[in-house]
Amino acid sequence: MDRFAELLDRLLLTSSRNAKLTLMQDYFREAPDPDRGLALAATTGNLSFNAVKPGVLRALMADRMDETLFAYSYDYVGDLAETVSLVWGIDAETDTIPGGVSLAEAVERLHAASRSDAPKVLASLLDRMEAASRFATLKLVTGGLRVGVSARLAKQALADYGGVHVHEVEELWHGLEPPYENLFAWLDGKGEKPVHAALAMFRPVMLSNAVEDSDLARIEPEDYAAEWKWDGIRVQAVAEEGVARLYSRTGDDISGTFPDLLEAMDFDAAIDGELLVGVPGDHTGTFSDLQQRLNRKVVTPKIQKQFPAFVRAYDLLQEGHDDLRRLPFAERRKRLEAFVAKLDPARFDLSPLVPFDDWAQLEDMRRAPRHPVIEGVMLKRLDSPYVPGRPKGPWFKWKRDPHTVDAVLMYAQRGHGKRSSYYSDYTFGVWTGPEDQPELVPVGKAYFGFTDEELKLLDKYIRDNTIDRFGPVRSVRAEPDHGLVIEVAFEGLNRSTRHKSGVAMRFPRVSRLRWDKPAHEADRIETLYAMLDA
Amino acid sequence: MDPHRLLMPRPEGLYCPPGGFFIDPVRPVARALITHGHSDHARSGHEHVLATLQTLDIMALRYGADFAGSSQAIGFGKSLDVDGVKVSFHPAGHVLGSAQIAVEKDGLRIVASGDYKRRPDSTAQAFEPVKCDVFITEATFALPVFRHPDDRLEIARLLKSVGQFPERAHLVGAYALGKAQRVIKLIREAGYDKTIYIHGALQKLCDYYKSEGIDLGDLQPATIERGSKAQFAGAIVVGTPSAFADRWARRFPDPVASFASGWMRIRQRVKQRGVELPLIISDHSDWDELIDTIREVKAGEVWVTHGREEALVRWCELQGIKARPLHLVGYEDEAE
Repeated sequence: MDRFAELLDRLLLTSSRNAKLTLMQDYFREAPDPDRGLALAATTGNLSFNAVKPGVLRALMADRMDETLFAYSYDYVGDLAETVSLVWGIDAETDTIPGGVSLAEAVERLHAASRSDAPKVLASLLDRMEAASRFATLKLVTGGLRVGVSARLAKQALADYGGVHVHEVEELWHGLEPPYENLFAWLDGKGEKPVHAALAMFRPVMLSNAVEDSDLARIEPEDYAAEWKWDGIRVQAVAEEGVARLYSRTGDDISGTFPDLLEAMDFDAAIDGELLVGVPGDHTGTFSDLQQRLNRKVVTPKIQKQFPAFVRAYDLLQEGHDDLRRLPFAERRKRLEAFVAKLDPARFDLSPLVPFDDWAQLEDMRRAPRHPVIEGVMLKRLDSPYVPGRPKGPWFKWKRDPHTVDAVLMYAQRGHGKRSSYYSDYTFGVWTGPEDQPELVPVGKAYFGFTDEELKLLDKYIRDNTIDRFGPVRSVRAEPDHGLVIEVAFEGLNRSTRHKSGVAMRFPRVSRLRWDKPAHEADRIETLYAMLDA
Repeated sequence: MDPHRLLMPRPEGLYCPPGGFFIDPVRPVARALITHGHSDHARSGHEHVLATLQTLDIMALRYGADFAGSSQAIGFGKSLDVDGVKVSFHPAGHVLGSAQIAVEKDGLRIVASGDYKRRPDSTAQAFEPVKCDVFITEATFALPVFRHPDDRLEIARLLKSVGQFPERAHLVGAYALGKAQRVIKLIREAGYDKTIYIHGALQKLCDYYKSEGIDLGDLQPATIERGSKAQFAGAIVVGTPSAFADRWARRFPDPVASFASGWMRIRQRVKQRGVELPLIISDHSDWDELIDTIREVKAGEVWVTHGREEALVRWCELQGIKARPLHLVGYEDEAE
């Protein structure tokens, strides 16, 4: 447990991605099974307990310590779990700690505990731990463990640790269960690669690069297909032997939120597409309509009826036993067209190709798209295989409105008047510095463009992710693997010597909240500089 | 005798009317008794100073030989009569030469402990409890949340990190007097024998500790040879906490910001300072040391000063010990 606690503390305080990778790999090397797998599950949010409520912690302390002294302590520290972890054992006669507790033992005993004897079990574990381990344990059981490690980063650490490509880990991931002993055995070179770990597994997605003028000069229109870029969320719909799963583009399983769509997935294939709401062929809902369906734990029949979900298919990665990813786009497209024709038309349709002769013609269509839910065009090289990651060259995105940028929320300030209890003024930044250790540089401030509902969500997010306070301003966690991406719309960009970033936005506002987008995929300052030159 | 007639708070510091002297005065006075060399306790400009020889040496190093009109050294355990008041100095365990000062008249003894700690430190004389009627205690870490871990475990975490990140420099912030030398000594005791680099502000004090027989191993100034930033890869660099926020720190490759302080117990403090590797190492007593000491000196009354007085006063009340906060001004606890 002590090693796990040390790892957590170091991960919490380290912002460098490379350092986090080193820390995790060293831990995987040091810690035995099943501890290391449980730690992996804990950091990636795959370990849960019957949550211990704050009231339980207070009651435990009330039996052990003067109430006033506890109140002084809590007041000073400001975090209940941390306070308890520090004052625990203050009533003990001696300060010797009998025996250590392994992470595995702690997890097992806490899992086995019923709700009524959980406090007693927790107390007996805390009695045998040092402060750092007590903190880790309390954060685990109160559900407040936020480590700053995304699932993606953890998978990268595993890949680096085992000397394999991250896509191999991503592909396997959904078939694996904590404590991942077969995975570690493989990475240690002591076991076979886990195979057929799960049905309907995720396939790492292929991403595009923003097109630049210099790109268009270099590439030939006849080598590329164009299609609309729909304004929903990118998903992968996979079904195999009766098991159907819907994945976000980072491989998170979001099936539970879309039972209506899952029902229609009675095929054996993997489809890459855009998740939208509406009725294909009749109407397509906007992104804010789609948001009515996102991040819900309970999906009522009413909301399913009001905002039916469907997938607009872009690509076919697997059909039956055939892995199509090595085939050129043009061939996959033919297979896709034939395949989608057989599916439930209310749940699946085809994203049409956009015929064009030259870039100028495509540019005109891009500027005046046929549909409001189109945010631009995609260019896909006809001979390109489906390659995970973001290779440069085969795929480009060409967005409709040149004046939007994906930025990361950095600071929030309380508003005025009826917004005075809300954090409603947002400072956002884009990435700068080296690719492997990017930093955020603030590029603007926005205080409108969101609905009242979104304001509530933003406010909650900010309170949950505050790392520092300066009077009315809160500094919000904004790291490559943990941060909120805001699509910011603006009317123009000027050079500015007054701003550290060197640019100033005109009329910036929140265009939408990209809860789905990882922070490290937000734009870089170079994107803004390119807009200046344009 | 009423203890408040023997020692009383005044704007200049703690004053003894019958002896006509102050303890650790924050403004220039005629007669000053100094517990230890930290700048908030030992100031320059007094007419006459009484302190341990090491404290006087440290004051001379920091302020120059003319730091006071005149000075007098007193040994540990030795006593002196000052206008009918018996004063004696006893080790406080805080930094090299640090003392508690016992003040006695008409059978009443008050011990002003200055700053103190109880745990082993091979760079300072170990604390000796002195039985007394009134014990004046510091309260820098007087909250039950402050319970310092074993300092060797903290140093082990530092050395582990040095091994994990051989391409980075580890910058350890430590207060220039006492903490820096203790941290270096602990690193040596853990078996690390490579050169340790130090910020210029530590040089004189490290030299002084060495001259007093405390072996700190090979120390080199953290100056940069032309174009050789890489020489600090994998190195340990010790400097004052403020230096690391300065441009000075830019000479090091991808530094790991570390800080040796009792404040590092609280995560919010760690984050506020931008510390990546906190080392919970303090030269002040933690909660357990404070209450153990109060029990041990068997004082009928406790006066609590500089820090979180209310919690310690509360604890004394619960134990049936008379206690009150002593509102002295001018002592900093942030630099610890």
